[in-house]
Formats: sequence, structure tokens, C-alpha cells
Amino acid sequence: MPKDHGIGASSKRREDVRFLTGRGRYTDDINLYGQTYVHFLRSDVAHGRLNAVDTSAAEAMPGVIRIFTGKDFEGVGGLPCGWQVTDRHGQPMQEPPHPVLAQGKVRHVGDPIAAIVAETPAQARNAAEAIVLDIEELPAVIDMKQALSPDAPKVHDDLTSNLCYDWGFVEDNKGAVDEAFAKAAHVTTLELVNNRLAPNAMEPRVAVGDYNPGTDDSTLYTTSQNPHVIRLLMGAFVLGIPEHKLRVVAPDVGGGFGSKIFHYAEEAFCTFAAKQIKRPVKWTSSRSEAFISDAHGRDHVTKIELALDGDNNFMAIRTETYANMGAYLSTFAPSIPTWLHGTLMAGNYKTPLIYVNVKAVFTNTVPVDAYRGAGRPEATFQLERLVDKAARELGVDPVDLRRQNFITTFPYATPVAVEYDTGDYNATMDQLLTMIDRDGFDARAAKSKAEGKLRGLGINCYIEACGIAPSALVGQLGARAGLYESATVRVNATGGIVVMTGSHSHGQGHETSFAQVVADMIGVPEAQVEIVHGDTANTPMGMGTYGSRSIAVGGSAMVRATEKIINKAKKIAAHLMEASDSDIELKDGQFTVAGTDKSVAWGDVTLAAYVPHNYPLTELEPGLEETAFYDPNNFTYPAGAYACEVEVDPETGKVTLCSFAAADDFGNVINPMIVSGQVHGGIAQGVGQALLENVSYDENGQLLSASYMDYAMPRADDLPFYQVDHSCVTPCTHNPLGVKGCGEAGAIGSPPAIVNAVIDALHRGGMTHVGHINMPLTPARVWAAMQG
Amino acid sequence: MYNFEFTKPATIADAVAALGQDDAQALGGGQTLLPTMKQRLASPGTLVSLNAIPEMIGVCVNDVGEVCIGGATTHAVVAREAAASYPALAALASHIGDPAVRNRGTIGGSLANNDPSACYPAAALGSGATIKTNLRDIAADDYFQGMFETALEDGEIITEVRFPVPHKANYQKFVQPASRFALVGVFVAKYADGVRVAVTGASSEGVFRWAEAEAALSANFSKSAVEGLAAPEGAMISDLHGTAEYRAHLVKVMTGRAVAAAG
Ligand SMILES: Cc1cc2nc3c(=O)[nH]c(=O)nc-3n(C[C@H](O)[C@H](O)[C@H](O)COP(=O)(O)OP(=O)(O)OC[C@H]3O[C@@H](n4cnc5c(N)ncnc54)[C@H](O)[C@@H]3O)c2cc1C
Repeated sequence: MPKDHGIGASSKRREDVRFLTGRGRYTDDINLYGQTYVHFLRSDVAHGRLNAVDTSAAEAMPGVIRIFTGKDFEGVGGLPCGWQVTDRHGQPMQEPPHPVLAQGKVRHVGDPIAAIVAETPAQARNAAEAIVLDIEELPAVIDMKQALSPDAPKVHDDLTSNLCYDWGFVEDNKGAVDEAFAKAAHVTTLELVNNRLAPNAMEPRVAVGDYNPGTDDSTLYTTSQNPHVIRLLMGAFVLGIPEHKLRVVAPDVGGGFGSKIFHYAEEAFCTFAAKQIKRPVKWTSSRSEAFISDAHGRDHVTKIELALDGDNNFMAIRTETYANMGAYLSTFAPSIPTWLHGTLMAGNYKTPLIYVNVKAVFTNTVPVDAYRGAGRPEATFQLERLVDKAARELGVDPVDLRRQNFITTFPYATPVAVEYDTGDYNATMDQLLTMIDRDGFDARAAKSKAEGKLRGLGINCYIEACGIAPSALVGQLGARAGLYESATVRVNATGGIVVMTGSHSHGQGHETSFAQVVADMIGVPEAQVEIVHGDTANTPMGMGTYGSRSIAVGGSAMVRATEKIINKAKKIAAHLMEASDSDIELKDGQFTVAGTDKSVAWGDVTLAAYVPHNYPLTELEPGLEETAFYDPNNFTYPAGAYACEVEVDPETGKVTLCSFAAADDFGNVINPMIVSGQVHGGIAQGVGQALLENVSYDENGQLLSASYMDYAMPRADDLPFYQVDHSCVTPCTHNPLGVKGCGEAGAIGSPPAIVNAVIDALHRGGMTHVGHINMPLTPARVWAAMQG
Repeated sequence: MYNFEFTKPATIADAVAALGQDDAQALGGGQTLLPTMKQRLASPGTLVSLNAIPEMIGVCVNDVGEVCIGGATTHAVVAREAAASYPALAALASHIGDPAVRNRGTIGGSLANNDPSACYPAAALGSGATIKTNLRDIAADDYFQGMFETALEDGEIITEVRFPVPHKANYQKFVQPASRFALVGVFVAKYADGVRVAVTGASSEGVFRWAEAEAALSANFSKSAVEGLAAPEGAMISDLHGTAEYRAHLVKVMTGRAVAAAG
């Protein structure tokens, strides 16, 4: 019987009531008295010298309050980068300044040049048209390899080149890896592109800055996944406002997928300008603006090689990747192609030797940073495409080749510096095979063929590192922040519970699943627990939500704080029942003295805590409120096996998804329905990457895919009905809930399944010359590949 | 969007008068014009809505058997009301955009705009339709004059479109994955005096008739007649959604499929 409440129950998402009835409160719903509006005048050239910005005519336009340019920010800090990567030679990466408004040069289409603050949005926009720019256009660098040629124009004149860093991992393994390749019985090589994506959260970004001259307090309302991080970065590095004078609120947020982790110029601008003009300043991004100002994702160009011995055992993996940083370093950009990518190159396999080389490159494009999966999809895609290609070259079954090389004993230390605590890759593969009727494939393929279609089956595995991350470890790796999480559990006098968490929910359903955990631990109805998040004024310092970390790290903090509550409550109960606290048991919200029928209810204890008439005041403080910070010991390692069947129309190259199955091991699952929903959404984004989405620039750096007319998002009718399963459970060994996280798996595991399936279909159709097709597999690209 | 005046006349005469003013522009469903205005790429001084002119709305069959569609008739109404009289045309209308677009966008707006990837131009040219305006009747063969170019004069409005009904017809649309306009769309119509094949989406000169296919299909109305043809030549569009070569190939494939589907 499925549980009907608490951990493991598919409790309905309580937040959906307000989301679905229009009662959510998003940042754009916040309108303050005396509010003004800002419009950003953005560069329409990819690279240019900014000789002059003449605002004089614009300043005289109706409604204009003030116009800001880069000059206004000369004494102000730039946007900081939160991670410093050290290169192969022990040198720190090249780290250019990132001004709030362009200074001296513009470096990508969309780079903000001037900010017009006016009484209405239309007046601000009208005035922007009256600003006269003198921009001397410079040749742009778009292609990463060209950007590294010695005579390439430099994105940042003060850097030695467009190379941010040349990273080798593990550098000491390089010699041994090369040697293994020299000795290999077979080498499989694959060159591929991991296409650049625009995140496209449903809610575009919004920022409202407010300043109170009476108290000198600043407040920023913003669409963020991590308000505390924004407060720290913006306060300490950009504007010089101490935390106690700066409040950051991220209310309901309509999706982030990584793009709302980062500290953006518009946030700093609104906070800064509100103080300057002493009125609230609001910015609401349009969708067109989002395409040129939200950080993009992915954009890797990779060559990967696999060395196998004569028995098809994996001996070594070697990769060379070019990773696009765009024009500036976004908050976590340098860590994505390195520590979130290189460390996952072992995948599910016991390959003893691995060497990963990553060259991060500046180009005249929008900055690139984390997007759902962040580094891990790139690792999974190359590895799982490579293994599939190897199986084809060797004439062995792709599932057998994977199984033969699976890691089967845990804990397992990979050659790329991480230790998998637990997993069972055969179990998820077995589960997958029960879901997909592989034996029936030939009959389905025959039916497709009769209808003029080529059918293919793609199978792959994935592993990811979630629950980000042990602070001491990431500190060694260059992170400029810790990655713990926090929770305060406040029990009210009449027994209701409020949990204040440093993590943030922007679609994940934390308000439901976090409440399930606390309610389960104490034994009270879920409705008695409220989750509060998103406001630095009423939540403890936490690092926010990304990297599938919230239940694993934030949930663990919540468990620790709840344990403290239970301990104290037991002491109070012991006092009330005149028993020893070691004899007190808590079950279903009742405290009993073990072995007796003496009991007091949860509510009796909470009331005693706040009305301490009969209370051990000499030993215990009144009240019932506890805080815990939790710093994880390790990453968590969700893993699984995915399969996809496609039909390819040989006349047009159009790919149709026929079925998609996902067997995941997420460790313990708190709310299976929410987990399924996370996987569904992740797969939809994976389908988007594999078949539809592509950020495309022309050689001058003009964005060709600048609207939904040219940037193809997945729609409901692009997707088949999915089968998703998370019944294979190897609990995480190092966090109290045994959870691993599920937010990114779908987006990580699905692209290789789809591409493997299309290649399979073409090979079955006799087009054995097609080794690989770069995503997105649009009809035009598949057709071109078929032509040879 | 810049400020503008708005008027909603009830007769063609009043609409024509209103359009005679400086900077006035006709508004159909606004599905093309309003996004353009929001992006500040168009700034008409006055919008003259054609949506409240009863004589420009509706579908009927006239004495000579032509299907007549008022210039301000929405795609949704065509999809519904032409289903019996001209099923291929109704089917085309039912696949334009999404429900919101179909319930606002109009046939007159689509033909006046003449987007090189739009669907209606293929139907109009493929059916040899007559574009009726407040001033004159224009044969489809004379009406389409290249990408976004038509025979319409300033202030001239499409009041009706008359489609001779073929024995057999079908429209095959291969969608551009992002916009879901036609990457290539082919309208095939078989009349007593021959077959017409009109292609949209493919050419940088806008909708065109594929003469070789028309000749082959007039002689033998079957998919195999198309298979023997070379892909059409001409200035095919090449962009991030497909090369010129791919589009030319698709024209042939979609023509074959349209013939097969027409029966
Ligand atoms: C999301 C989306 C998807 C779409 N998908 C498709 C598709 O798949 N296939 C397709 O064919 N189209 C598609 N369209 C376009 C749609 O069909 C529009 O309705 C059409 O292009 C314009 O018609 P309208 O009535 O909205 O004209 P408007 O936008 O109002 O006007 C367009 C132009 O025509 C002029 N005009 C309007 N009516 C008349 C008239 N009666 N006489 C003279 N001039 C007139 C206007 O002045 C303006 O210049 C799509 C549009 C959107 C927004």
C-alpha cells in the first residue's frame, strides 16, 4: 500500500493551489509606492569600442528621472565570479572584470550600455531611443577554436588571450592514459558538440530595488534561486552594503533551471539606483531580452576517445573539450566544465585511467553558466554516445558492453577524484529492460518499416553528482563559497511548526515534500507544518537551490534541526510526566514513558514550552526553536538507465519519439509523485536539447535564434507518454534521509538515449556511414547526415 | 508599442475612408501586426479594425460554385465553415498556428502580409483564387509579387477571397520546428483543366507555382509522376532551419504526399 502521508507518500503539491488559481506572488506582482521603471539600452553589436554615450537629448524626454551609464559605476565593484579554476600549470584562470554597465567596450549583443529610469516603462523605452551611441564596431570572435588562434581579436584587451584556462584532470594521469591508448586493442573516437541552450524559464527575470532613507536599508526583490547568495555577492562585492542593511527577497519564482542562480547586473543596478534616486526601481525582462541577457547553458565542443583491451574492458578515456564562457564570467561559469564535468567522466564504469582536458574560451556571446544538469549532461552525453559507438564498432550488444564495465562494488573511488558511496547499475538496467519490451523491438521495427519509417532503440546509463557539496572540498577546488545548507524549525505554542530553510523552491514542490519530512519525524499531520523560504530577513543563511541539492543538503539540515526539537521536547515531556528523558518515546505526536501508559501530546509539550508554568526552567530555556546547519560529507550519486524508441522518416529526416523509459535510483524518495514530475520535466528539457533547441549566432555575433520563431522549445505534442520508475533504491550512505536528489536526472540521462536511438535507426536502415549527428537532431540535420 | 488611434468602422466604405488618412493601417487579427508594433518595428498612427464589418466576415458558396470567404474571416471560422465545401482549405486553416492565432488571425491579413512561410498564399495560388478588394478583382497569379510583396495598393483592402473548388486537393505542411509555420508547404489542386501546385516556405521569392510538377500531374495525377521529377530550382531559402537543398528536396516529398493524400 502506498503511504498516504509523511515520507514516501505522494502528497498533493500544496503550492499548486495558489499557482493554479492565480494567487501566487511573483516578483513582477510586487509594486511599491513611488516605483520607477528602468529600461536597459543594450548593445546591438557583438563587439565594439564604446567611444561615447550621449544621453543629453534622452534626459530631456518626458518622464525621465535619471540615466545611468558605465561612468556611474566606476567606483562600484563589478559582478564577481564565484569560482576560481586553476589551470594545468598551476596558474589561476584569467578573470576579466564584469562591469554592471559596459565600460569602454561592448562584448556581446545584449551587453547593457545605459539604464534609463523613468516614471513609466514606455517613457524609459522612448528615452532609450534618443540616446546617441558612438560605437566603433570591432571584429567579433564567435567560434571557440578561432578565438584561440593567435591573431584572433581579443574579447578583453587586458587579458593575454581569449583563453580563460586550460585545465587538465587529473594532470598526473596524463602519461599513463596516453600509454594505455598506445597499448589498446581498440580505440573508439567521437567528436561532438553539446549545443548551446537558452534556459527559458516560464517567468522571465524581474528585479525591484528599494531603499529606505529613514533607516538606510536596501531591499531587492528578485527572481532568484538563492537569495542569500545574491545578498552576499551583491552586498560584499558589488555595492558594499553589509548584510544587515540589505534584504533580498525571492518570492514565488516561475522556474529557474540554473539561470536564476547567478548574480546579474540588473539586480545590482536596481538596488544601486533605488538608493541614488531614493525611489523604488523596477525592471521586468521581456522574453526577447531574456534571450540576450540570461546566462545560456552547455556549448561544449569535444573530442573523446575510449581505449579498450582485447576483452572489451574499458582501459582509458581521454577527452579534449572547448567550453564557451561567453563574453564575461558568469557567477559559477568556470566550475561547470571542470568540477561538475570532469569529475563525472567515469560515468557508471570502472575505467581505471581518465584524463580530461578543458579549454575555457571567451567569445563575443552571452555568458554561459549552469543549466539543468550543468556539466553533468555534457559528461554523460559524450560518454554514453562513445560507449554506444564502441559497441557498434566492436559488434557487441550495447547493454552487454555497459554491464561488463559497470562498477559493482561500493564505495568506489573513481580516477577523477570522487567516491561513489553506493549504487546498483545492474539493478536499474534490469528494471529498464522490464519496462521496454526489448524482445518486441524487432516486431515494432518491422511495423514501422511497413509504414515507411525507420525505427531505432537507444539505451544509455548516467550518473550525476548531486547534493552539492562538501565545503572543504569545494574550497580546495576553487569555490569562493561554502555549500552547506540551513534550517530553523520554529514550533509555536499550540503545536504548529514553521520551517525556515535557506534553500529555495521555484517549481520543485519543497513546501510539500519538506513538510512531509518534518511531519513524519514528529508524527503530526503535514498540514501542521509550514515551509518558509526565499527571504533573507526570515530564513537562516543558506546557499539556495541548484545541483539537486535541496533535499540532500537542505533536507538534512532540516532533519538535524528537527532532531534537536525532538530532543528538547522529550526533556519537556519527561518533566511533565516526572520521568527520565531517556525513557521518553515519540510516536504519532504522542510522548510516552516507555513501558507505561503515561503519555502527553505534542501540543501539551509545545504549550509548556511557551507557557512554562510547570517547566524545568533551571535546566532548560523556554521556547521550542532550533537551527541546524548541515555540510555534506560527500556528493550524492543518483544514477540510472534510460531508453528511447524513435521513428525516423527517411524522406524528410524527421524524428518522432515513440516511447521513453527512465529507471532511476534516487536513493530514498520522499514524494514519488513530485519525483516523477521532476523526471518528466527533465526529460522534456532533454528532448528539447536533443531534437529542438539551439542557440545560434552568425559569424558577426548576431543571435539568429532570438525568439520563439527561431528557438524551438519542446511542446506537449513533441513528447511521448513516459514510463518513469524509481523503485531501485540504494540509499545514500552519508545523509540522514538516505536521499540523492532527482532534479536534473531527466535532463542528463535523456539526450544520449535519443541520439543513440536515431543512430540505431539509421544503421538499421542501412545508413552505416552515419557515426554521429550533432544535436539538435532537426529534420534538416538528420536528412543531411543520411545523404552522407 | 507607440501610441496610436483606433477605429472600428462597420462598413467597407467607412474603412476605406478611414484608411485614406495619413499613417492609417488596416488591422485584421493583429497576429502579425501587433507583435511588430510591440517591437516598435511598425508605428501606425491609426489602426482601422476590419473585424466589425459584417460584409467582410463569413464563408459561403456563390452561384458559380466558388467558396467565398470574407476578408476578415478568422482561420477558425474557415476551418469550421469551409469543411464541407472545400475540405482541403478548411484543413489548411485548422493547422495555422494555435487556437489563439486561429481565433484572431484572418485570411485577408494573411494574404495581405504574404509571409514567405505562410499557408494561405499556397491555397490561394494553388486554387487560382480571386482576391477581391474594395477596388478590383485580382487573380492570384497576379497578386503575389515576392516575399511580403503583393499587388495591393496603399489603403486597398481585401474584402473577399473566392476559391474555385477543385475535384481533389490537399495541403501538406512540413513545419519549421520553432515557429511551426511552413518550412515547406505544398498545395495541390486538381481541376478539370489541369493541376495546380503551389509551394510556400521554400523560396526567397515567396509562394510560387511548380510548373514541372503541374505538367506531370496534369498528365498523370499520381505520386509516381512526382517521383520522376528533379527537385525544383530557383532561389530556395537557406537558413538555420534548413538549407536550400533540403527545402528543394522537401518540395518534392511534400508534393508527392499531397497528391497521395488528395486521393
Ligand atoms: C504564433 C503564431 C503562429 C502562426 N502560425 C502560422 C502558420 O502556421 N501559418 C500561417 O500561415 N500563418 C501563421 N501565423 C500568422 C497568422 O496566420 C496571422 O493571422 C496572419 O499572418 C496575419 O493575419 P491577421 O489577420 O492577424 O493580420 P494583421 O496582423 O492584423 O495584419 C497583417 C497585415 O495585413 C494587413 N491587413 C490585415 N487585414 C487586411 C485586409 N483585409 N486587407 C488588406 N490588408 C490587411 C495589415 O495592415 C498588416 O499589414 C501565425 C501567427 C502567430 C502569432
